[in-house]
This record gives sequence, structure tokens and C-alpha cells, in this order.
Amino acid sequence: MDLTYTGEEEEFRARLREWLGGVLPTLPAKPSPGDWPGRRAYDTGWQRRLYDAGYGDVHWDASPTTRLIFLEETERAGAPYVGANFVGLLHAGPTIAAEGTAAQRERWLTPVLRGDEVWCQGFSEPGAGSDLASLRTKAVRDGDTYVVSGSKIWTSHAEVADWCELLVRTEPVSAEVPKHRGITWLAMPMDAPGITVRPLRTLAGSTEFAEMFLDEVRVPVDNRVGAENDGWRVTMVTLSFERGTAFVGEVVACRRVLGELAAHAKKSGRWDDAVLRRELALLTAEFGALWRLTQWNVSEAQASGGVPGVGGSVFKLRYSHARQRLYDVAAGVLGGAGALDAGQEWTLDRLSSLSYTIAAGTSQIQRNIVAERILGLPKGGR
Amino acid sequence: MHFQLTEEQRALRDGTRALLAGRFGRDALRAAVDGAGLDRELWRELGAAGLFGLCLPEESGGVGLGLAEAVLVFEECGRALVPGPLVATFLAAGEVEGAATGETVVTTPYNGLVPWLDAADVALGDTAGAEPLSAPVDPLTPLHRLPGGERTRPPWRATLLYAAEQLGSAGRTLDMAVQHAREREQFGQPVGAFQAVKHLCAEMLVRVEVARAAVYAAAVTGDPVEVAAAELLADQAAVQGARDCLQVHGGMGFTWEGDVHLHLKRAWTRAELGGRARDAEEALAASL
Ligand SMILES: Cc1cc2nc3c(=O)[nH]c(=O)nc-3n(C[C@H](O)[C@H](O)[C@H](O)COP(=O)(O)OP(=O)(O)OC[C@H]3O[C@@H](n4cnc5c(N)ncnc54)[C@H](O)[C@@H]3O)c2cc1C
Repeated sequence: MDLTYTGEEEEFRARLREWLGGVLPTLPAKPSPGDWPGRRAYDTGWQRRLYDAGYGDVHWDASPTTRLIFLEETERAGAPYVGANFVGLLHAGPTIAAEGTAAQRERWLTPVLRGDEVWCQGFSEPGAGSDLASLRTKAVRDGDTYVVSGSKIWTSHAEVADWCELLVRTEPVSAEVPKHRGITWLAMPMDAPGITVRPLRTLAGSTEFAEMFLDEVRVPVDNRVGAENDGWRVTMVTLSFERGTAFVGEVVACRRVLGELAAHAKKSGRWDDAVLRRELALLTAEFGALWRLTQWNVSEAQASGGVPGVGGSVFKLRYSHARQRLYDVAAGVLGGAGALDAGQEWTLDRLSSLSYTIAAGTSQIQRNIVAERILGLPKGGR
Repeated sequence: MHFQLTEEQRALRDGTRALLAGRFGRDALRAAVDGAGLDRELWRELGAAGLFGLCLPEESGGVGLGLAEAVLVFEECGRALVPGPLVATFLAAGEVEGAATGETVVTTPYNGLVPWLDAADVALGDTAGAEPLSAPVDPLTPLHRLPGGERTRPPWRATLLYAAEQLGSAGRTLDMAVQHAREREQFGQPVGAFQAVKHLCAEMLVRVEVARAAVYAAAVTGDPVEVAAAELLADQAAVQGARDCLQVHGGMGFTWEGDVHLHLKRAWTRAELGGRARDAEEALAASL
């Protein structure tokens, strides 16, 4: 067990830190949460700067340890997070890198890294949430295109996306075709005719996600990642990235927030409240351990090579609940009116934290995964 | 950074597990519950295997390994529920003649409690006026209480080693729960097929893995704030793990015959001896 970094890794850290120190003060002002075009421009602009400075590939090409250092340093410095291109950088990109053809990698990866193209994720449907494999949006082959019809829901950032990682049914469920077969993973251009995006309002008041109606949308067969009807396997790769690595940077951010909460509490006198102090202490233990668990998982993945395993579900379960507790405690630090003021950043974060135990697979589903795939308990049962 | 066990560490852990399975398996554990007193022979065997002298330099007759290795060994002791003042004896190795070899049993008061005072050859620290608890909750840990609510906080190494034992116990109760859930059938299927049971087990695993990361990291860094975090998370994993394991075992879990209660009672005892939650929390809060 070793927690020290190599000289090379430390050099990377020092170089990055110096670069961040120079570039962060030159960033434009953050757009307001509801300004989607502004948010897209801000987030992709940051991505472009990273790319130009040679940090574009940290999300999937660099060594996992380098990536951890990157996340640690950028979060510590308060740099922008991946934001609008969350899907492109943290799951579509890695999936294409792992499963795509050379031509597909050539076509899609650099634009994501440069911040030129933004992706969204069209997996969920009104009738297929936790039971994702029961999806019904269908794609019918017509020569060298798929003709896609159906609808998707909860599509984050659909309004500003150029591409969608889309799951479609290419073979109907039957006695011979169980629902997990017959699914295909497509890259759908969001400007194709037949796509209607209707924003949905979240409980935080924002239009974070949308409904998507697909009416005979034509998608070239060349946009298929993996084989036809083999999309479920590709999806598992995507989900392993989503759960395994996508939240890691946020742990560092939560540790920073803890420090801010303590400073705020000390100023306001709330620090004298032993119960509140104790809550903050427990969260310090929690996020410290989650960061160590991340290092453990990354070391393990680095040793075995490649795609993160189901251990991501362990992390996701604990992290999503810890994050919700963090912002509940933040409400205690703000106190009374402060906690009820949706103009406060911490209140907005508290509201958005409510999605963490639902999005990317609910806690109940993660527990099933841990119990069945890690602990080997029998499937089924009620 | 390679935060994984090395080959040698894996071998040490597996070797310790095998040694304890052979020397202190289920029958020996139950015999210890029924019998009385410390098994001095086992103590000497642990000494001969290098357990107490693990971190002593080789020139002093030790094994010359580090705290990370000690944590792995104590985790195994926690799994097996080895009784006795392991932590105090380990920390006395090199200071007290015979501690390293397991010839001398050493105890010391932590948090106003002295475990195994009557069985120990040497008691470090002031134990004057210590009164025995007539019925300590853990049948495998006799306790004395110091007069006047006096308490000495354990040194951080002791806290860490107790946390390692808690981790081992949490891992063991998880295994016991999963095994029982696979075998016990109700309504025509293994109870582990029911989500209510699955989810209990899944949460047990999550607590074990988070505590493991915390305990191992604290062993590597020796940072007092990380030790405090490890203590809190390992106590939680052990205590809640034993409770959930008991729940999964149903009525059988509530019997003296089952081993689950032994884990729960020891976890409670270690949580008192290893350090008080309140102290750990204040240490963590002070770091903010
Ligand atoms: C903020 C946010 C962003 C999202 N972004 C995207 C996106 O970009 N793209 C996308 O495709 N999807 C997205 N989702 C959708 C998300 O993946 C689904 O909401 C999630 O998988 C749950 O599906 P559902 O909402 O249909 O709930 P349901 O599946 O209907 O679940 C309802 C309740 O039943 C429980 N439940 C269901 N099945 C089981 C079971 N087998 N055992 C135990 N309990 C069960 C669930 O845990 C939950 O509590 C997003 C969701 C949120 C909240």
C-alpha cells in the first residue's frame, strides 16, 4: 500500500497548479444557472483551454492516477467542472474509446475533448427507467440508415447537445429474443429532422433535462457503436464509467464545501453548536474515506487494466447519500431564512442533490447490483 | 501511488487467516466462551508467529514490518474474535520484557477501562483501585473500571489497531450474513433472494469497503485526522454490521449458540476501548 506519487506525477501536479493559477483569473464570469447557451459556451470554453494547454485527454487517455491528480488540483483551485459536456467527457467518450472503431474514435473523440461538440444521453424512456432493457424506441434498418421512432425522457442537457448516445430496439422482444438482446447503441446527431426536444422543469426550477420525441429520425448505420443487437453489453460499459468514475471529482469539491461550511459556521457563531460540529466532523470522515476509496478503486483498475468494475456501485451508493447529508448540514449552517432562500448556492445544491440517489441508477438498483454481482446473492424474489 | 496490497502483504494476511483458522477456529472460540481465562498457549503461539513483534526492528528480535502490516494482522484477529489484550501487548513489545514473544501478557487502561487485568502479567499505567465489572457484556473481555471516572485517551496507534479489528469483525459478519442468506430458505426460496435482505447485505458491504479504505489509508499516513476518521467508520461498520447480521439470522441470531452476538458485544467493547466517538469527532472538526 502506497499513497505517495512518483516524481513524474508530482511534476504533472506542479505544472498543472501553476497553469491553473495563471488561467483561472482570466475566466469570464459564470453564467446564471438558467442560461443554457451561456453555460454551454462557458463549459466548452473551459474545455477548449484545457485542450489547448495539453490537458484535453485527462478524462480517459491519461493514466488513472494522473486523472486523479487533475481532479484534485482543478477542484482545489475552484476551476469549472465538466458541466454541460458531462456525458461526452465522462461516458460517451470513454465508451467510444473502448468500443468504437478507429473511424468512430477519429470522428468523435477530438471534438469532445476540444469542447466543440456536446453530448447527451438518451437511455431512459417513460416506460423504461430502472428497467432500462424494456425500452421501446425502435430502429428499423433502411439500407445504410436506421429509422428511429419513439421517445426518451430525463435527457440531461438535451437542449444544448450536438450528439446523443441513444439506445434503440433493433429487434422486438419475443420468445427467442429476451429484452436484453435486440438493443443497439447509436450516436444520433441532434440536428436530424424528426427530433423534438421539450424541456422539463426540475424541482430546483431549472430546465436541466428534457423529453425527446423521435419521429422517423434517420441515423446512419455507421453511427452504431458495437454490433447490432449487442447494445446492452456496450451500455454496461457506459454505465460502469457513469458509476465508476464520473462522480470522482465531486468528492474533492465536497471536501472543499465542508471547509467553506466550517468557515461560515465559525463566523456566524454556529460553530459552538456541538451537534452541528459533530455532523461536519462525520462528513469530514466520510468524504476523506470516499477519496481514499477512490484511490483504492483507481489503483485496482490500473492494476487490472481498463473499464471500472461493479465497485463503482459501492462508491455511488455511499457518495450519493453523503452528498445529500452534506447539503442538509449546509442548511443547518445557513440557518432559518438562509436555508429557505433558493437564491443561495447551497440551497440550490441541496435541491439538486436530491437527484443523486435516482439518476445513474437508483440506490435500490445499486443495492441489487452489489448484492447480486458482488455478494452473489440469488436473483429475483420480492 | 499504488494503494493496493503488495504480494507480501497479501501473503501475510492469508497466512494470518490460515493460522487463526487452524488455531482459533469455531470450536476454540466456543470453548473460550464456555471456559475461563486467557489461553496462554495461544498467546505464545501468536508471539512465535511474530504477531506482537511485527513492528519491532529485526535486531531487537522483531519482524521489522510497518503499521500497514500490523493493521492487516489485527484485521484478521478481529475476524477471528481472538480474545485478550492484543493491542496493549503489541504496543508494549520492545518495552516490556517478553511481550514481543507472547511470554508476557500486558494490559493498560484506555478510557477508564482495563481489559483482562487479572490475566495480565504487567499492567502499564495507573490501575490503582480498579474495580471489576461483575458482568462485562462481552463474555470474552473481562473489564475493570478505574475509580472516579478517570480516563487516559489511547495513543493513536492503539486507536488504529482497534479500528483494524473492527474492520475484520465487520467483514466477518458480512460473510456470515451472506452465507446464511444463501442457505436459509423461506417461502420456497433462499431469504437472500428477497430485496429487503439483499439491501441489508449490500449496505454492510458498502460500510466495510469505506471503512477499509479509511483504515488502510490511516495506517499508511499515520495522520491523526485520518485515524479519527478510520475509528468512526470502522466502529460504525462493526457495530451496525453485527446488528444487521443478527437481523439476517432471524431467531437464530438472537441465541447464545450463534456467534453473531459475540461480534456485536466485542464491537461495542472495542468502540469504548479504542477511543471515544466524541473525541474523534472533535479532532475531525478541529481539522476544518
Ligand atoms: C437529474 C436527473 C438526470 C437524468 N439524466 C438522464 C439522462 O441524461 N439520460 C437518461 O437516459 N436518463 C437520465 N435520468 C434518468 C434516470 O436514469 C432514471 O430516473 C432512473 O434510472 C430511475 O428510473 P425512473 O425515474 O423511471 O424510476 P423507476 O424505475 O420508475 O423507479 C421508481 C422507484 O422504484 C424503485 N424501483 C424500481 N425498480 C426497482 C427494483 N427492481 N427493485 C427495487 N426498487 C425498484 C426505484 O428505486 C425508485 O425508487 C436522469 C434522472 C435524473 C433524476
